[in-house]
Amino acid sequence: MISREEVEHMARLARLRLEETEVESLQDELSRVMEYVGCLRELDLAGVPVTVNAVNVSNIFRPDDEGPCLSREEVFANAPAVERGHFLVPRIG
Amino acid sequence: MTSMPKSRSAGSPTVPEGWEAVMGFEIHVQLSTETKMFCSCPVSFGDQPNTNVCPLCLGYPGTLPAVNERVLEYATKIALALNCEIAPYTIFHRKNYFYPDLPKGYQISQHDLPLGMGGHLDVELEDGTVHRVGITRVHMEDDAAKLVHAGGVEGRIAGADYSMVDFNRSGTPLVEIVSEPDIFAPEQARAFLTQLRNLLEQLDVSDLNMEEGSLRCDANVSMHRPGTPFGIRTELKNMNSFRFLQRGLEAEIQRQADVLERGEEVVQETVHFDPSSGKVSVLRSKGEAHDYRYFPDPDLVPIQLDVAYVEKVRAALPELPAARKERYMRDFGLPAYDAGVLSANRWLALYFERVAGLVEDAKLSANWVMGDFSGYLNAAGLEVEDASIGPETLAELLQLLKEGTLSSKMAKDVFVLMVETGESAKTIVAERGMGQISDTATLEAMVAELVAAHPGPAEEFRQGREKVLGFFVGKIMKETKGQANPQLLNDLLRKALQP
Repeated sequence: MISREEVEHMARLARLRLEETEVESLQDELSRVMEYVGCLRELDLAGVPVTVNAVNVSNIFRPDDEGPCLSREEVFANAPAVERGHFLVPRIG
Repeated sequence: MTSMPKSRSAGSPTVPEGWEAVMGFEIHVQLSTETKMFCSCPVSFGDQPNTNVCPLCLGYPGTLPAVNERVLEYATKIALALNCEIAPYTIFHRKNYFYPDLPKGYQISQHDLPLGMGGHLDVELEDGTVHRVGITRVHMEDDAAKLVHAGGVEGRIAGADYSMVDFNRSGTPLVEIVSEPDIFAPEQARAFLTQLRNLLEQLDVSDLNMEEGSLRCDANVSMHRPGTPFGIRTELKNMNSFRFLQRGLEAEIQRQADVLERGEEVVQETVHFDPSSGKVSVLRSKGEAHDYRYFPDPDLVPIQLDVAYVEKVRAALPELPAARKERYMRDFGLPAYDAGVLSANRWLALYFERVAGLVEDAKLSANWVMGDFSGYLNAAGLEVEDASIGPETLAELLQLLKEGTLSSKMAKDVFVLMVETGESAKTIVAERGMGQISDTATLEAMVAELVAAHPGPAEEFRQGREKVLGFFVGKIMKETKGQANPQLLNDLLRKALQP
């Protein structure tokens, strides 16, 4: 069972403010997710290397050549607030 | 009763007696590639905000990063220059946290499989001894965007009303160098960082400008009694000069010593040094330990480096300061001090070698490059590469000095005029008639005339009164306005006054 503290810790990391009832329901939901994923433990995976990518390739590089950037208009198209050419964000507390 | 082990900080004037101070560093080097680490936006400093950005460095979903091959090359260069083992298999991890300067919600960094590990840098200390500092790891990561805090006290996060984000820096390639806790005094720290910067400078992979943030240093500092376990450490963040860093370390060491002497405990936290007050203050408490939930970035494939690649990069490494210093001592016969000063800075070294090659007198060239030339740079606040006096121009002056047209004193005056007027040494000497009289026939005639006109003093000299020579030297110098070659004049006078 995922503990209340674990849910609260994850909420803090994700910058989420949870209501009391949400903490409880998430405890339950996350526990079930973990249980589901936990069925992998039934397999003996000793000696199986970690799979980072589904594709078995390495060394994909790009040359150090400049490409096009977005226009200011495009850059700020989704910005809630703009000031002096910057994205404006609320005070960081 | 066993005696207390000797403190490795002993001898440092800034570590209180009976304590051992331990320092380790995290150094971020911004690479001077054309484009960003994972996208093709240009890397630049000082452009209009948010003009060098694309969906990838803005953190839009659906974008796919691809490693800039030059980032790998530069990072490998740095790791090799620091004597690291290059990992044959290295991957990127996501370091997860939320902050407005990080649109992806994670930094792409390296975790347990960094590019380079187990290196070292041999640091020459002021007393001439060599102190080896271990290099734990060298890894690649991308930089965050730049935040400008507005309202409240301008520029400070505390009390700011809001913040503004410029994503031009987002995704700029960084190399992080992590040292072992092998530094035991602020003076050692400064020597280490200065020599590390000199080394990086030779590699030509970064601007290394601390004020513009292309070189950033964080220090971990702790104190303990010699022979006991390490103390709790604090982190001194992001100093913008080595001088301030050294002063910051001194202040933090003193602060921790005071805390410990009072019988209290040091709290693990980040501290900030204020150069104007000379004091350290707590920046923010690490109340909650960081939890970055590192995991391999599935958007990026592993990098597998074969021996051929590593050896190719190694072979292309330039001569590093330590090797260059050796060569200057061996081939030019320079003293260790001169060789050290000239080899430390890449541009100064190139300048010196060019001058020495033209003048064919290494010691003379070294004296001038380290003396008058460096003095002029310091006074004008110039870097070697921006100097108006190029190596050919200085070499011309030194040639005049070497052949005797100018005395040392005159050469110094001509050098000042060269800086002031931008004229060459030859032009100045010709225009102002500043040349030294080194013409034997001219001086010989003057000497003969003078000796004939003063038979009394001449006789005194022949009787053994050496001091009388000064009388004749003074007369000729007066007549020539000090331009007679003193050595030649001396020889000619002695010849003329022979019994």
